[in-house]
Amino acid sequence: MTLPTIARIRHIYDESRTVRSFELDIAMPQAEPGQFVLLWLPGVDEKPMSIANPNPLTLTVMRVGPFSTALHRTRPGDLLGVRGPYGRGFSLCETKSALLVAGGCGAAPLYFLARRAVEQNIPTTVVLGARRANDLIYADRFRALGIELLVATDDGSLGFKGTAVACAIQALANRPTPSLYACGPERMLAALLNLCLQRSIPGQFSVERYMKCGFGLCGQCAIDGLLVCQDGPVLTVEQLKDLHDFGRFRRSATGRKLPVK
Amino acid sequence: MQPDLQTTLCGVRLPNPTVLASGILGLAHEVLVRVAEAGAGAVTTKSISLAPRDGYPNPVVLDWGAGLINAVGLSNPGIEVMVEEIRAAKERLAPLGVPLIASIFADTIYDFGTIARYVSDAVPDLIEVNISCPNVDDRYLRMFAAEPYVAAQVTRRVKQNTDLPVLVKLSPNVTDIVEVAEAVVEAGADGITAVNSLGPGLILDIETCRPLLAHGTGGVSGAALRPIAARCVRDICRAVDVPVVATGGIASGRDAVEMILLGATAVGIGSAVARRGMAVFAQVCQEIESYMARHDYENLAAFRRRALAIVP
Repeated sequence: MTLPTIARIRHIYDESRTVRSFELDIAMPQAEPGQFVLLWLPGVDEKPMSIANPNPLTLTVMRVGPFSTALHRTRPGDLLGVRGPYGRGFSLCETKSALLVAGGCGAAPLYFLARRAVEQNIPTTVVLGARRANDLIYADRFRALGIELLVATDDGSLGFKGTAVACAIQALANRPTPSLYACGPERMLAALLNLCLQRSIPGQFSVERYMKCGFGLCGQCAIDGLLVCQDGPVLTVEQLKDLHDFGRFRRSATGRKLPVK
Repeated sequence: MQPDLQTTLCGVRLPNPTVLASGILGLAHEVLVRVAEAGAGAVTTKSISLAPRDGYPNPVVLDWGAGLINAVGLSNPGIEVMVEEIRAAKERLAPLGVPLIASIFADTIYDFGTIARYVSDAVPDLIEVNISCPNVDDRYLRMFAAEPYVAAQVTRRVKQNTDLPVLVKLSPNVTDIVEVAEAVVEAGADGITAVNSLGPGLILDIETCRPLLAHGTGGVSGAALRPIAARCVRDICRAVDVPVVATGGIASGRDAVEMILLGATAVGIGSAVARRGMAVFAQVCQEIESYMARHDYENLAAFRRRALAIVP
């Protein structure tokens, strides 16, 4: 059965000018960091969203298109549908130390992962990238975990001036090679994949594609032969390195390939 | 002795009778190849139209317990893109010996001919004509499979525009499916795929008072459809003398054997991918083999149509 569970919005938090978190009145205790749910806004649409917190189930959403705009207009008490958790999440197996690299909303699932890493006493560093200081999200939450936090802003308004990738390269310079975990825009992921390949760093990347069914039936989310909904959304360096379309093409609602922005 | 699962569909050899049904995983050629590597005897593309289609908003498909309900809205990137996917798929399927079926549909009888001609350029092994999607519901546009003479006109138009073998996919949502089957065979159909999804059906979310599918209603498939599909297959196999691809809720070797006993040449598998994954094809084949071993059948012909003489 994949019918959505109907949940009520309990709290809505403003994370930044364009990002809000929605805390629901249900828990998804079996969810792993990096897994996603399909979030149904009745009468509007349904989209895949990474899980920011499984208990209470919390989703952090940037306002980008019609769906997220409609979602941002909801109020506490409104009903949403949730199905999942779906897909394969991040694995911390055999990880001695972790470098988490987040771009934009990618901070949310990586915060979930960071909490797991801390529980397992894995030394963890987070690189948090944003355009400007006031676009930065989750910084306080990461800080509260007591792990090393490196902030990178494109305009230098806070922390390192430059991209999260440049900041990650600098962070790698003076420490033993960690496992790399990343979630963010695909251009960032593609750059980090190259970095991992050049320096033989094990890496796991949370990848996003237009999704329809969410459970391996429709084929809409295919990157080459991989289904992001089932084989992903977290894919490893090994899985990504030979893909032609990763970092280059995504698919529209029709299935047509469009260049990755 | 290893039972022989090979079958011949309209002159095309399939290594086994399991066929990836249209609408499931049939977009990227790499995924079609993966399904073939997972054990499918043939693979079918998503239904292709002349122009790209977005389809409906989500949710487009849900597993409601006794099957699936879907209203995808025939989303596809259009014939230009799909011709390239078919070419690429064919090249990689050839060494596996797995044929490719191109599913096509159009809004008008005339356009069915146009798209048949375009898709034939990519030389799929067979063409499947989808005249039976229950979700295309423009008021003026009735399902082509609803009227025998309209179904026949579409078939004729497709046949005039291709030299490839043509399967026509029929709908269970008709009073008399045999009438439609006879009409398309008379019009030149080389085979029949029976059946498309049932309905449309409706599932309401009682908390929000909204239909669960964004489109409102959708085609019902999976286990709930299987007994209806089996009856349609029996009726068609008795009435016409062309190969039938039985589709509708087949999820196990038992289900596949049932359809073959009723006369099917091959079996389409779609909804079962939701529960058993791509491994379903190899699993169904293994289950058919063990049935054949138990009954001492050397090949599928040894028991095909066996039930037709018995079933009233």
